[in-house]
Amino acid sequence: MKDNPKLNRDPGHAVKKKVTSFLTNNMVTIMFVVLSLLAFQVSGMNSNLYITDIVSRISRNSFTVLALIIPVIAGMGLNFSIIVGAMAAQAVIIYVTHWGVPGFAGIMLCVALVTPLSILLGYLTGHLFNRVKGQEMITGLIFGYFAMGIYTFIFLQLVGGVLPMDNEVLVLSSGVGIRTTIDLYGGLRYGLDDLFRLPLPVMLIIAGLIAAGYQLFIFMRSDRLKAQRFNMIIGIAGSLLVVVLAIVLMNSNSLIRLISIPVATWLAIIALCFFLFFFTKTKLGQDMRSVGQDRHIAAVSGINVDRVRVIAIIMSTVLASWGHIIFLQNMGAWSTYGSHMQIGFYAIAAILIGGATVTRATIGQALLGVFLFHTLFIVAPAAGRELFGDAQIGEYFRVFVAFGVIGVTLAMHAWKTKLQSNQGIRAIKDE
Amino acid sequence: MAEYLLEMDNICKSYYGTKVLTDVKLALKPGEIHAIIGENGAGKSTLMNILFGMPVIHSTGGCEGEIFIDGQPVEIKSPLQAMDLGIGMVHQEFMLLPNYTVTENIKLNRETRKENLVSRLFGKNLETLDYKSMNADARKALDSLDIGIEEYTRVAGLPVGYMQFTEIAREIDKSNTRMMVFDEPTAVLTESEASNLLDAMRKIAERGIAILFITHRLDEVMEVADYITVLRDGRLVGTMRKEDATIYGLAELMVGRKVEKLFNRKSRVNFEDVAVRIKNLTVNMPGERVRGLTLDVYRGEIFGIGGLAGQGKIGVANGVMGLYPSQGSVVINNDDLTLNDPRESMKRGMAFLSEDRRGVGLLLDSSVELNIVITTMQNKGLFMKKLGPLTQIDGSKVREHSQKLIKDLDIRCTGPTQPVKRLSGGNQQKVCIARALTLKPDILFVSEPTRGIDIGAKQRVLETLLRLNEEMGMTIIITSSELAELRSICDRIAIVSGGKVAGILQPDASDVDFGLLMAGQIDRKGA
Repeated sequence: MKDNPKLNRDPGHAVKKKVTSFLTNNMVTIMFVVLSLLAFQVSGMNSNLYITDIVSRISRNSFTVLALIIPVIAGMGLNFSIIVGAMAAQAVIIYVTHWGVPGFAGIMLCVALVTPLSILLGYLTGHLFNRVKGQEMITGLIFGYFAMGIYTFIFLQLVGGVLPMDNEVLVLSSGVGIRTTIDLYGGLRYGLDDLFRLPLPVMLIIAGLIAAGYQLFIFMRSDRLKAQRFNMIIGIAGSLLVVVLAIVLMNSNSLIRLISIPVATWLAIIALCFFLFFFTKTKLGQDMRSVGQDRHIAAVSGINVDRVRVIAIIMSTVLASWGHIIFLQNMGAWSTYGSHMQIGFYAIAAILIGGATVTRATIGQALLGVFLFHTLFIVAPAAGRELFGDAQIGEYFRVFVAFGVIGVTLAMHAWKTKLQSNQGIRAIKDE
Repeated sequence: MAEYLLEMDNICKSYYGTKVLTDVKLALKPGEIHAIIGENGAGKSTLMNILFGMPVIHSTGGCEGEIFIDGQPVEIKSPLQAMDLGIGMVHQEFMLLPNYTVTENIKLNRETRKENLVSRLFGKNLETLDYKSMNADARKALDSLDIGIEEYTRVAGLPVGYMQFTEIAREIDKSNTRMMVFDEPTAVLTESEASNLLDAMRKIAERGIAILFITHRLDEVMEVADYITVLRDGRLVGTMRKEDATIYGLAELMVGRKVEKLFNRKSRVNFEDVAVRIKNLTVNMPGERVRGLTLDVYRGEIFGIGGLAGQGKIGVANGVMGLYPSQGSVVINNDDLTLNDPRESMKRGMAFLSEDRRGVGLLLDSSVELNIVITTMQNKGLFMKKLGPLTQIDGSKVREHSQKLIKDLDIRCTGPTQPVKRLSGGNQQKVCIARALTLKPDILFVSEPTRGIDIGAKQRVLETLLRLNEEMGMTIIITSSELAELRSICDRIAIVSGGKVAGILQPDASDVDFGLLMAGQIDRKGA
């Protein structure tokens, strides 16, 4: 493609084009911001309640959504097979609950057991995907259903029968099969969350101070130009403003000050963000980006494409299984035969709402997506009750939205790809 | 150390029983620029594929002959091994990742890395990339070519010439590169970009790296090459020092073959009556752009369009038939034609046999009979019957018509219902012809009618075209890469170069004239 000066003839045209491209590129995200704001208005929801809920939902769900990023980088699209990782996590949790290892020790045992299991499952999935290059998403979806059949068979038919399990709480009264709902109360519940909690204002103060310190550190290491100094001052001022607001909040009587933050869980999420950021700068990360852009060129340059792709899926599966452990320990009671499906689809919907596409996903998009998706989840039933006198309508609506968004964004991605190729043709013609 | 860096001896290669290379020899000294010239299909690319160990060679049964590097016999089995031996390749289609910077592309899979805490624990794959030293290396490689591209710009959006230089810089940056292959590097470049490239090639050669320069632009060969090897039909027809070569001599060697006038036909051309008048036609067909071409074809003529790949000869028919966006004026039978509308083109009595037989030309999974009638059905509403509000295919009419054509054209198939994909290339081409005939055209465009068809079938396809011309008075415009084929049946042949007509020649014009026109030396115009 040649540079085409003709395309940007007049500046007004350029600005208009930029705005249009911003709108088309972020259509889904913008639509959701508007929808969430409207629903929030209609619902008349108490903001204390909302903030409490959203904080816990973000800490519960972010890890799993972040697990989707690596396969996108490697050009394999949205990894619908993370539900395989989720099922591995559930299987391990069922056994750890059965053995009665509670709290943080139980969580660590779960992680230790689930990691080799999901490496194996990820390895198999990765090899499957290497046979269907270009159709990873639909294959992942179907593979998920297939794995679900096996999971259901094991825990509904084998456990209690062929695999003896003597546990009245977990096993159905017939003696065969796990109950449809499992309650982790008194066991793994809050195993990670309760490790270390801090009130929201304290957390904000610490975060603000760290951010301010980081700004200073960056500045000291830079060339200390004027513009950099200005950035540093703005950054530190912003961070300190957060600290001041947090102190004000602490001394107010707002209920928000009582929200307690599960610090260990947040640290795990932050650590994962840092890891992902670091990972894209490594040799393996670069190989994944190369493979993601063009398998053929990567192969000609001597990169072992198949191996890189398998590693990407293994990493995604392992991270998803850890994420699901975080999710379930926070939820407490969960559905034995439905939870994995839900987390899979909701995670994909969330990252898409954040503005990710099949070919591009960032940490920011994942986190923004979790925030927006759960905002709508919280306010939709209330809005439904206000509008139609029935919370159930809002409930339907949010399920409709979750699946609708997956369909619409995938269709939009196809449409945009087509649009871009048309633009390419136009550019050549203007040459 | 041996005198020659690379020697290739008695190289033979055949694809599916067709010999494409016979006893080819090549010797290359360090720091030498060695040009390999030849027409399309002369075997240049195959020779380079052998040298670079491309999988296509090994999946078709390998090749015969010996390759020596530094006097040592080697067997090159994969591109990776070729790279290890110090052979660099500048590909015709770029091996660049558009979303990467110039540096990242130059260092693709050879990134400089640093240790870090994580990599010490989990292995070398997690070492961080050292962008500073990567950028410095890239800068050095670019500087050695005197190219001012910033190493941190993204490749997407760079002009084509710069992309090419990025590829070259990648090969230079490889510390072990001793020999570089440039596969028609100037084909996609503008004139000034091309001259930059030639300068760069000289600089590379000065560093002691040998260069194999594959091209068909003779002026460039004369400008940079030390040695010249000419291939024709897979055979070595000459190796000489540049001092001993002339452009005329090379052109003759490149094309030179006895023209077998295969068919004796009396020309039925009416030079008063213009059937197709093309004026200033521009067609945006990627890879085969036409840039303001002007041409007259007379009624009853068999008109050939020849030229090298990528010069735009294929674009002419595709443009007139409305398959690619075009501009300009086309007059058919003294009436203006609306461009960019395939239906209109067909209504005006034109039909087209596409060069892309399997992609555009045929519905591979459908039956022979459906393939024969479908275009006519769609465009003229024939072979249909009305059943109330529903339009149905008139099966018996279709069967009758297709059986007649199968017999007339001698299409070898088990019957009208056989899927086309099971037929051989020659018979598929006949199905295409049958379809074009069903449209009852008076002007027929034919692109690469014999590509991918074995020799016997070639003859029959050409015979069929000739018969159509003689018996039905059809005007036929054939586009072909095979000059010999054009010279055997055409009344006149236009050579297209750079998207324009370089000249129109009689089929019995001399080899030198054809060679010069094809190589873009437009200083003599034929008549």
